[in-house]
Amino acid sequence: MIVLWGSNAREAHPIFFHRVLKAVHHGARLYTVDPRRTSSAQWADVWLGLDVGTDVPLSNTIAREIIHAGLHNRDFVEHATAGFEEYARSVEPWTLEIGAQVTGVPAEAIRELAHTYARADRAEICWTLGITEHHNAVDNVVALINLALLCGHVGRWGSGVNPLRGQNNVQGGGDMGAIPNKLPGFQDIEQDAHARARFEAAWGAPLIPRYGWHLTQMFEAMERGELRAVYVIGENPAQSEADHKHTIELLEGLDHLVVQDMFLTHTAEMADVVLPAAAGWCESEGTVTNSERRVQRVRAALEPPGQARDDIEIILELARRLGHDWHYESAEQVWDELRSLSPMHAGMRYARLEAEGGLRWPCPDENHPGEHFLHARLWERPISGPRAPFSVVDHSPPVDTLSADFPLRLTTGRRLDSYNTGVQTGGYTSPLRRGEAIELSPEDAEHLGVVDDEVVRISSRRGSVEAPVRVDRGLRPGLAFMTLHFPDQVETNVLTIEATDPRSGTAEFKATAVRVDKIAVAGEPSAVAEPVAGKAR
Amino acid sequence: MDLKIADIAVSTADREAVDAVLGPPPSGWEGGEHEVGVDDRVAYGGRAEAERRRHLLLPTLHAVQARSGWISPGALGYVCRRLIVPPAEAYGVASFYALFALAPRPPVVAHVCTDIACMTRGSGDLCAALERTVGPAGEHPQNGTSVWLESPCLGMCECAPAAMLTVAGEHPHEDVLAPASAEAIASALRGCAADARSDEALPQAGSPELRLLRRVGVVDPDSLDSYRSLGGYAALRRAVELGPAGIIREVSESKLLGRGGAAFPTGRKWDAVARNPVSPHFVVCNADESEPGTFKDRVVIERDPFALVEALTIAGFATGAEHGYVYLRGEYPLAWERLVGAIEQARARGLLGDDVMGGGWSFDIELRKGAGAYICGEETALFNSIEGFRGEPRNKPPFPVDVGLFGKPTVVNNVESLVNVLDIVIEGGPAFATVGTEQSTGTRLLCVSGCVERPGLYELPFGASLRALLELAGGVAGGRPLRAILLGGAAGSFVTPDQLDMELSFEGTRAAGATLGSGVVMVFDDAVDMVDVVLRIAAFFRDESCGQCVPCRVGTVRQQESLQRLAGGHARGSVADERALLDEIAVAMRDASICGLGQTAANAVESAVNALRIFEEVG
Repeated sequence: MIVLWGSNAREAHPIFFHRVLKAVHHGARLYTVDPRRTSSAQWADVWLGLDVGTDVPLSNTIAREIIHAGLHNRDFVEHATAGFEEYARSVEPWTLEIGAQVTGVPAEAIRELAHTYARADRAEICWTLGITEHHNAVDNVVALINLALLCGHVGRWGSGVNPLRGQNNVQGGGDMGAIPNKLPGFQDIEQDAHARARFEAAWGAPLIPRYGWHLTQMFEAMERGELRAVYVIGENPAQSEADHKHTIELLEGLDHLVVQDMFLTHTAEMADVVLPAAAGWCESEGTVTNSERRVQRVRAALEPPGQARDDIEIILELARRLGHDWHYESAEQVWDELRSLSPMHAGMRYARLEAEGGLRWPCPDENHPGEHFLHARLWERPISGPRAPFSVVDHSPPVDTLSADFPLRLTTGRRLDSYNTGVQTGGYTSPLRRGEAIELSPEDAEHLGVVDDEVVRISSRRGSVEAPVRVDRGLRPGLAFMTLHFPDQVETNVLTIEATDPRSGTAEFKATAVRVDKIAVAGEPSAVAEPVAGKAR
Repeated sequence: MDLKIADIAVSTADREAVDAVLGPPPSGWEGGEHEVGVDDRVAYGGRAEAERRRHLLLPTLHAVQARSGWISPGALGYVCRRLIVPPAEAYGVASFYALFALAPRPPVVAHVCTDIACMTRGSGDLCAALERTVGPAGEHPQNGTSVWLESPCLGMCECAPAAMLTVAGEHPHEDVLAPASAEAIASALRGCAADARSDEALPQAGSPELRLLRRVGVVDPDSLDSYRSLGGYAALRRAVELGPAGIIREVSESKLLGRGGAAFPTGRKWDAVARNPVSPHFVVCNADESEPGTFKDRVVIERDPFALVEALTIAGFATGAEHGYVYLRGEYPLAWERLVGAIEQARARGLLGDDVMGGGWSFDIELRKGAGAYICGEETALFNSIEGFRGEPRNKPPFPVDVGLFGKPTVVNNVESLVNVLDIVIEGGPAFATVGTEQSTGTRLLCVSGCVERPGLYELPFGASLRALLELAGGVAGGRPLRAILLGGAAGSFVTPDQLDMELSFEGTRAAGATLGSGVVMVFDDAVDMVDVVLRIAAFFRDESCGQCVPCRVGTVRQQESLQRLAGGHARGSVADERALLDEIAVAMRDASICGLGQTAANAVESAVNALRIFEEVG
C-alpha cells in the first residue's frame, strides 16, 4: 500500500511516480490525501479530499480508529517506541465523526484508509510540500511518523515514511551540511563535540559551536539589520519567498549581495556581484544524492560557457582571495575529505560509486553494501539505540483565516512541465504549458460569473494580482489553486503569507485566504492570457 | 485512473441502457450527478477497481448497441467513465466486433449470410434481388430506418440461405429468417418482422441410435421438468457419487477428444486444472461456434439447453471451479434465450448456486454473448473477449489449464465435448469407449449442408464412411454429380468424390490428409463455381483475421489478392508462379501465425487449388 499524502507526485515527481505506477500495476493499493483531486489522485484506489491544513486531525483520527479497532502493532509499539500511552490519550477525542467534521472527509473513507493501512503487509507514506509548506510543518510530519510507528510500518523492506525530495540533490545538500545545524553527515554542530573536534583538526580552524540561521531566520535577521551581506548560491529568493513585496525590500536593503547561479535570476539582477556558475549536471564533476539516499557520480561532459566556472573552483578562488589556500586537485579529493569526516559516507569511494551504480548511505566502510532502508534497528532484539518516540500533536488551523472578505482558500503547488519559479524550466517550451492561472471549482466560477481564460483579480491580506481563470473539477467550492511557475506573469507570492514553522522555517505557501473579483465588464469579451512559455524565468 | 474522456453528452436512452447493466453510477466521478460535499471529498477508482469492472465492457457495449443501433461517442465516453476504461481501449474493443457499429446505423439491420453454405443455396440471387428492391448493401434507404448488410456464416446452414434481423430500441430483439427470401427480408426491413425458420434440422429425429441428440426434438427446451423426465440430471447425481477424481477417471478412460477442432483429450485437460494449486479455477464452454458450415452447438443449445447446463456443472464440480462461463456467439438469439431460461430454472431449483443439490458445493454459470468475431472461438481470444479486451489470441504456452480466464487455471470445452460427458458419467468411461473406433470414441455430430438432399445435423458413431453419411443425407440434391465436399469448415479442406470411402474419425480423416474439424460436411455439386467458393473463403479469413500478428494479417490479404488474380485470369507471371506464391504465403502463415486462424487460413484454399485443380480449369 502506498499513501501519497500532500503529494501530487505524478506532476511534481514524475520519475518517482513511474515507480508508483509500476507498483500499482503489480497490485499495490494507492491512496492519496490531498485537498485537490489531482492527476495523481486519479490513479488512486481512494482519494481523500481533506480541508487545507487538517492533516494533523486526519492523522489523529486515523490513529484513534486503528487503536480502537485493535489494529496497531502492539508488539512493535511495546518493543521499539516510547510515549504510546500519552499519544493514545491525545488522539482519543478524534473520533471518526469529529475527524470527518474537521477534515471534511467522510468518516467511512477515513476508516477505510485506517484499516487498509494498518492491515497492509507493507505500507509506505510518501509526502511532499502539502505536508511541509505549513506553519506547523513539523507537526504534520510527526503526525505521519506516528502512524508508521503505530503499525510498525517502518524499518522494514517496502515500508516506511518517505519525504519525496524536490530536486536531484536536495538530499545531498542536507547530507553535506548545507543546513544551519549540522556538519556533513548530519553531525550536530552544537551537541557533537567529538565531531566538531575532528572537523576542526582536519580544517585547521575553529568552528563556531552554534547553530546558524535557516532561510527564514536570515530574512528575520535582515529585518533586524543584523544580516547585512548575503551570498546566494543557486537560489532565487526574490521570487520564491512568500510575501513577495517584503522579500524584495529586505534584499534591496542589504549592504552587499552576491549571487552565484547558472542564470541571471531576478535575485541575481539585484546583486552587487554575480558569479556565473557551471551547470552541475553536465559541466562539473562530483556527486548528487537522490531521494532514496543514493549517492551518484556526475561527470562533466561539456566545458562551461563563457566565464562560468565550476562551483568548487569559484569557492576555492574566493577562499584564495580571502587569504586561504584551500588546495584540492579534484572533486574526488574534496569527496575523500568528506569520507574521512562523515562516517556514513566513509565506504563510498568514487570507484565504488561508479562500479555499483551509486550507494545508499549509511555506508560506513568499503565492504559495506549501503543500506536499502533505514531504522531496521527498531526491529532488532534487543533494540539497538533509543526507542522511536511518538509525538503528541494538536490541530493548528492555517494562520491566514478565511473571512467574509477573503472567503476562498488558495493553495499552491506545481505543474508537470514547470519547476518552481521557472528559472530552469522557463527556457523550454512545453505543449502542456498554458501559463499561470487561478484554478477554481466549477461552482465558484459559476458563482463569480467567470469563465475559462477570463482575467480576474485575486487579492489577499497582503496584495493582489491578476490572472486568468481555469475551471478545474478537481477543486471543491471554496478551494482555489495557483502555482509560482510564472512570476513574470503572475507574482503569486504577492498573495502568500510569511507564516513559518518555527522549527523548519518553511512558510505556509499552502494556505492563503483570498478573494477573487471579476474584472471584465459583463457582455464584453474578456482578455485572454497569452501563453508565456519561454519567457518566464 | 487518469481518463481523458471527450466532453460529449450521452443520450438518456444510452445512459439508461448502460445503467441497466451496471446499476446507477456510484458517484459524480463516474458519470453521475456531481454532488458537492460528497464527490469533492472522496473518490474511489484506481486500477484495482478498473480491473474488477473491465469484464463488464462487452455486455455494456451490447446494451448500448441493442438500445440505439450504434455506439455513439457520447455513449462510449459514458461507458468509459463507468468502467474506468481509457477511451482508446474501449474504442479498440468496440471496433473489434462486427456486430457493433461506431457510426450511425439504422435500428433495423438485416445481416444476410453470403457465406459458402448459403452460396450453394442461392444467397447470390437473394442479394441481387435485395439490391434491386431495397438498395445496395450498407446503404440506408431513404427514411434511414433500416439497412441490410452482408454477413459471414450465421450458423443456419441447414436452412440456407439465412438472414438475421437485429432490431434496436427500447425493446430490442433479434430474429432469424431461414430459409430467407428477398421478399421476407424486405418486409422485415419495413418493420413487419416475423421469425421464420425451418425446423427440419434433424433428419434422424426419433432414431434410437442417437446419443447426443436423443432428446433433441423430444424434450421441451423450456422445461426443466421435461428434461428431468427424460433422464436429465441423473448424470450430475451420478457425478457427485463418483466425486471429482472419479469423474475425471471416467472421462479419461472414455478417451473423449475435444470436438471443437483441436481434438485434445478432455480428461487430460480436466485433470490438469483439477490438480492445479492456483485458485480459483474456471470452466468455460466455448459456444462461439463460428466456423463456416458449423451449426451443431446451436442445435444442441436450442433444443436441449439443460444438457449443456448439466454438463458444465459436472465440469465445474470435477475441476474445483465454482464459476462457469458460456460464451455464445452473438448470432444465436434463440439459443441465447433458451440458455438464459435454462440457467434461471436450474438456479431456481438449486441445480446452480451456492448449494448445488443441497450438496454443500457451489457452482454458477455466467452467460456471455459474442459480437461477431470468428477469432473469439480461439480459446485464448475468447478469454480476452470475456475479460473485456480485444479478442486477440494469446501466445501459448502458457496454456489455459495453467493461465486461462482472468489468468487462472481454466477448462475450456466445446459444447459437443461437454454434452458427451453426461453419457460418460452415466455409463462409465470404458463403456463409452466401446462406441466408435479405437482412437475416436463415441459419436460425432456432423453438420451436413450445401447441395444435399436432406441437410441437417447428423449423429454417427465414429468410423462411419463419408459415403454412408452422404447416403443418409439423401445424396447430392437433385441427383447431380458431386464436385467436392468441404470437411471441417473454412479451416478444413476439400475432398474429392473419389475419397468418399474415407472413414469419419480423427485418424481416418488424418490419414486422408483432411480433418473433421468442427464436424462440417458441406457438399458441392458440379453447378457450383468452386472459384467463387474459394474466393469467399479467402475473403472470410481476410475479414476475420484479428490483425495482431503479421503473418496472418498480411498473409490473408495477400492470399486473397493472389486468388483474385488467378480467378481473373491475370496471374502475376504464370499460373505456376502465382501458385508458388500462394504456397509460400501458406507456409509463412502456417509456420509463424500466433493462433489457429492464421495457421489454417490456407488449408481449404490449398486443397481447392491442388486437389480440385480449380485454376487449371480456369487458366
